[in-house]
Amino acid sequence: MNDCSQIDLDQELQADKKIVLAGNPNVGKSIFFNYLTGIYVSVSNYPGTTLDISSGKMGDAAVFDTPGVYGVGSINDEERVARDFIMSADIIINVVDASHLERDLFLTQQLIDLNKKMIVALNMMDEVKKNNITIDLEALEKELGVLVIPTTAAKNRGLDQVKNSIEKAVCGNDIFEFNSELKTEFEKIKSKSKNEAEALMLLEEDENIRCRYSELKDIPDLREEIYTARRRRVDEITAKVLTYDQNSSQVARKIGSYMLKPVTAIPMLLVLLYLMYQFIGVFVAQTVVEFTEGYLFAGLYEPFMRNLIANSIGFENFFGQLLAGEYGILTMAVTYIFGLLLPLVAGFYLLLSILEDSGYLPRIAVLMDRLLQKIGLNGRAIIPMLLGFGCVTMATITTRLLGTKRERIIAIFLLGLAIPCSAQLGVIAGLISQLDVFYILVYVLTIFAVYVLAGTFLNKVLPGESSDLLIDLPPIRLPDLKNVFNKTYQQTIAFVKEAGPIFVLGAALITVMQKTGLLALITRFAEPITVNWLGLPAATATAFVMGIIRRDFGAAGLTAIALTPAEVTISLITLTLFVPCIAAMMIMVKERNFKEAVYIWFGSWITAFVTGGIVNLFIF
Amino acid sequence: MTLADMKHGNKFIIDKIEDKSTRLQALRFGISEGSEIECAGSMPGGPVILKKNLQEIAVGRRTAEKISVKKKGMI
Repeated sequence: MNDCSQIDLDQELQADKKIVLAGNPNVGKSIFFNYLTGIYVSVSNYPGTTLDISSGKMGDAAVFDTPGVYGVGSINDEERVARDFIMSADIIINVVDASHLERDLFLTQQLIDLNKKMIVALNMMDEVKKNNITIDLEALEKELGVLVIPTTAAKNRGLDQVKNSIEKAVCGNDIFEFNSELKTEFEKIKSKSKNEAEALMLLEEDENIRCRYSELKDIPDLREEIYTARRRRVDEITAKVLTYDQNSSQVARKIGSYMLKPVTAIPMLLVLLYLMYQFIGVFVAQTVVEFTEGYLFAGLYEPFMRNLIANSIGFENFFGQLLAGEYGILTMAVTYIFGLLLPLVAGFYLLLSILEDSGYLPRIAVLMDRLLQKIGLNGRAIIPMLLGFGCVTMATITTRLLGTKRERIIAIFLLGLAIPCSAQLGVIAGLISQLDVFYILVYVLTIFAVYVLAGTFLNKVLPGESSDLLIDLPPIRLPDLKNVFNKTYQQTIAFVKEAGPIFVLGAALITVMQKTGLLALITRFAEPITVNWLGLPAATATAFVMGIIRRDFGAAGLTAIALTPAEVTISLITLTLFVPCIAAMMIMVKERNFKEAVYIWFGSWITAFVTGGIVNLFIF
Repeated sequence: MTLADMKHGNKFIIDKIEDKSTRLQALRFGISEGSEIECAGSMPGGPVILKKNLQEIAVGRRTAEKISVKKKGMI
């Protein structure tokens, strides 16, 4: 991205008036957005997982939902996106978490300093009450100089007042009224820039805005002075309007603090992982999949399809085989996607949405920080790593939230190498749960060892060191079920759209390779590796060829081959470490570059076969 | 004394935050030099959790070592 770049607003929404929703992460902006526009968007609890901008219409005005930020600036992608929307807004609705006024008012004051017409929606008033906090609304309104409307969006309270008060938006009391030195500097720059908002950003050392004013020399660097003055002003306001009654003790707070004490937090995390395994690996991967794949698809759908093809274009020709043969597009590919993977992926996203919306994820980040530091990452990296168990492609994009380029390279490589995605994990869980504990341990420990060794190696080889953790911990909340289901549904649909075409293409490719004899040739040539080195039946080569297209496709291919427990374990280890899927590769090229993606690809080949062979030699 | 020495339940005042970008980020979260803070937990060898009213922030160990603090009442 070039430094001066600006976000292109959707052409259709170039309305006369732009209303922008702005606020810290997890304050409920999206609920306001839905109310104002009537379009659903996903609301998530972890700072930084909604980079998509939602837009909609309210009468003649366009409404935009921006990513949650703690301030307007260019620290990360979220801020840059939010900044450009905020600066182009006609009216801002600032959604504030009333139970975190000290934190949230910093952004509010900054929006006021940008000289934007705005109103404040003081959200989560129910939590204020629960925590025995009193807020003097009139005093707050007077200090800020803008309209303040108390709301509890999750319970539908106050939303209508916000909607009806948009026209009453005004500019508030900026910090320059309280600081004559800064005011002088501000007036000087204001006369040279397009508007107040850009003048403020210039003084706050925002690189992108400064870049657009490259002809302006001698702009004073006043970010720290302005931030300090703003913080002082906010502290002054909160001192006037807030009264705490600290006697309250809350169940959610207690749980939150137990999640951060190693003695209680580690057992809690282990129990959680066990429950997740029971749900995905046992309930979904066996009970549900047995019904969907075994009964619905293999039992009812496939025979029906084969009959249909046999009676129309005939079964014993190339097209018949292509459509309904062993690797048929209409048989195998459809069964894999809908019968096998769909339930697994949906189950995984359901769990992840619950974790996200409950506020537990950042606490896992704190817990894992020390370990992740050892492989050159920090606690924040737990987010892309966990997301990677859902879909490596999506997780690769979220590595943007990591602080440095070095961390991104390490995270992307580890994602591509050792994190199996939900689709693959589901197939693996299904295969592995039939094995003894010993084989499961061998599998888990091998993958874990490779992950740690690769991370440690990269941490040693790449210059520099990991950056340190500094994150906000959102309160523990009971997730809103409607929101959780909606999010699961959207992500599952996205998965089918992404994986579907690749599966169909892959199935077609395998059929062509089989019919032309190429598959047999590869199987024979791969024999020294598969049979001698890995100790597997020659037929597993097919699964590896399938794995190049998609890893879960490969793992699914294994289910069709009869293997001993040791063979299952080795082939799963090799396939897990094997090349990332085509979609993930394309994203890696886009996010990093072609050279790094190719390194990752070949690095995975080598790691996969070397590790598989070592396990074969020493353990079995 | 630095933030890294704080234990659960300790109450203290932030004296100095050396690193500029940490200082600026902390200002946004509501924590600045002179703030009265409570330690809400500390991972052995890992992050320290700060609490100011209802706001909780996790600070990595290395950063915590660079933030000097003083006990309440000490000047």
